[in-house]
Amino acid sequence: MTDTSVIEKPRNQWADVWAQFKTHKGAVIGLAVFIGLVFFVSLGPFIWTKDPTYINPNAAEMIKTRNKPPSWEFPLGTDQLGRDMLARMMKGGQVSIAVGMVAMSISILLGTLVGVMAGYFKRLDGPLMRLTDLFLALPLLPLLLVMVMLFRDPLARAMGPEGGTFLLIVFAIGVTSWMQAARIVRGEVLALKEREFVLAARSIGTPPRRMILRHILPNVVSPIMVSATLGIASAIITESALSFLGLGFPPDFPTWGRLLFDGVDYIQQYPERVMWPGIAISLTVLSVNYIGDGLRDALDPRIRGR
Amino acid sequence: MLTYTIRRLLLAIPTLLFISLIIFLLVDFAPGSPMSQIPLTIPTEVRLKMIEALGANEPVYVRYLLWLKQFFWVEPLVMLDGIFGTNWSEGMQRIVSWQSRSPVMDIIWQRLPQTLTVVGSAYVVGVLIALPIGIYSAYRQYSWFDQVGTFFAMIGFSVPTFFTGVVLILVFSVNLGWFPSIYDTSLRVRDWDTFLLQVKQMAMPVAVLALYNAAQISRYMRSSMLENLGQDYVRTARAKGMPERVVVLKHVLRNSLIPVVTVIALGIPSIFGGAIITEQVFKVNGLGALLINAIQGSDLPMVQTLTFIFAVLIVLFNLIADILYGLLDPRIRYD
Repeated sequence: MTDTSVIEKPRNQWADVWAQFKTHKGAVIGLAVFIGLVFFVSLGPFIWTKDPTYINPNAAEMIKTRNKPPSWEFPLGTDQLGRDMLARMMKGGQVSIAVGMVAMSISILLGTLVGVMAGYFKRLDGPLMRLTDLFLALPLLPLLLVMVMLFRDPLARAMGPEGGTFLLIVFAIGVTSWMQAARIVRGEVLALKEREFVLAARSIGTPPRRMILRHILPNVVSPIMVSATLGIASAIITESALSFLGLGFPPDFPTWGRLLFDGVDYIQQYPERVMWPGIAISLTVLSVNYIGDGLRDALDPRIRGR
Repeated sequence: MLTYTIRRLLLAIPTLLFISLIIFLLVDFAPGSPMSQIPLTIPTEVRLKMIEALGANEPVYVRYLLWLKQFFWVEPLVMLDGIFGTNWSEGMQRIVSWQSRSPVMDIIWQRLPQTLTVVGSAYVVGVLIALPIGIYSAYRQYSWFDQVGTFFAMIGFSVPTFFTGVVLILVFSVNLGWFPSIYDTSLRVRDWDTFLLQVKQMAMPVAVLALYNAAQISRYMRSSMLENLGQDYVRTARAKGMPERVVVLKHVLRNSLIPVVTVIALGIPSIFGGAIITEQVFKVNGLGALLINAIQGSDLPMVQTLTFIFAVLIVLFNLIADILYGLLDPRIRYD
């Protein structure tokens, strides 16, 4: 007689991953902080309804509201034009995090495409990897600066200053950061191709397209997820670096990098204006990096379950 | 090894040519021509003459080939002339900056020392901090030292250099007044006092860059040490009765340094890129500031040449890293 009640419930892979992820203290705190920041910038403006670009049209009134210290009316004070800093921080965070997410998506999409193509099709491997090496040899920050300088004005004219700059920056960061993901994915795909299940799938005549979508891609999700997380962090840093060098978004359009850049001029009188955006950027990047760290451990089956 | 090096060097030539073409074409798309800054009141024929004088009216391929010739043939000759006092390059046209109308390479040579002193010493300091931290963190894995080290490394590469720089300025120049916030390039080190001034003004930029570099390198050092500490030869060495010092600092450290050395070599060119921001924060008058200035002034020859020099550095140090890896690790053979 066997006791059927001891049979454990079949365990889901993602439940395992989550269980392992939870043991990484830094990653859990990072996730909480990151979710908090996302809520702050996305839902905050619904609660704190001040317009981040509002300048009092009455010049005498505007001068009175300039450079206010923190108060109940302006919890983070106001800037040199009397705009509310809290509202600007929220708006700026929206842009910074959106840039990070979209740029990361582009770079992961490109990287996965190149990596899978190079790993799966032998003929494409050589040329695509040469291309990757070539991109790795490019001086990226100078090139990004050059790209922004060249295309900012034409794009801004064509699509409006905000949309055009957003597209340009997101695209430029995506195009210059896909190489690591491509290399990792290619390595994984090359290893997967030697496995039996791929051979089995091929022997029943699976066409390459379905082969890649059904059998290869689901198995390379883990490394892609890790590099996607780390990609958000580096995209946010790159965007704020561009804004900091004065080659990012236009001056009246707040992002965290831009706010920091604007605050540097007033660092002697109002140091908090540099500190808030700086802390926000650092906190976001730090939390995302910790999440990536935890994910890497959680998704690695050699570590998981130990 | 020698054949490998030669093959890689030969392979680097088409790579660099291709990169130079990409950079040249990208920069050449610039809508901001230097002529757009000329007042509109200047008559058209004068404007055309000015464009002609700059050579900006030639077709793209002519300018590209000319630039290639100038970069790879004329500039080295000029350099040789400077060293040996010959006059091979006489009458040859050099790459001329559109902003200052003086040869690009001369300006780069003027700016290079500032970048090298600040960025170079920051890199050395960073490596010197990172190695001991990485070694000890790995040796006492999960100790409080390791935890603190991990946390600081995480902060080091999460907090962007422009923020650490600004915070340091805020604390040490604005509040405490210990260090100047602006780097004075014209300072010459003559005696003890000027040397102290130089150290003072270098302290903050070097600290910012060193923190950033140390964070990354210490992580590599730690993981490499950890990998080697679990190897069988370590157990053998301990079983033979080797003192712990010798086991860790001789057997393990030497093997762990192999990948770290290549990482250090690979990081050298990216330092120039990362230093653009730090130079901007502390107003160091180096290569990064030169590039930003040239970009803002649409000085195409300067931007092209500088970006290409960065690319050459990257390719060169990639090659050096690969060769070093082969030299240091006898298991790696490139044949």
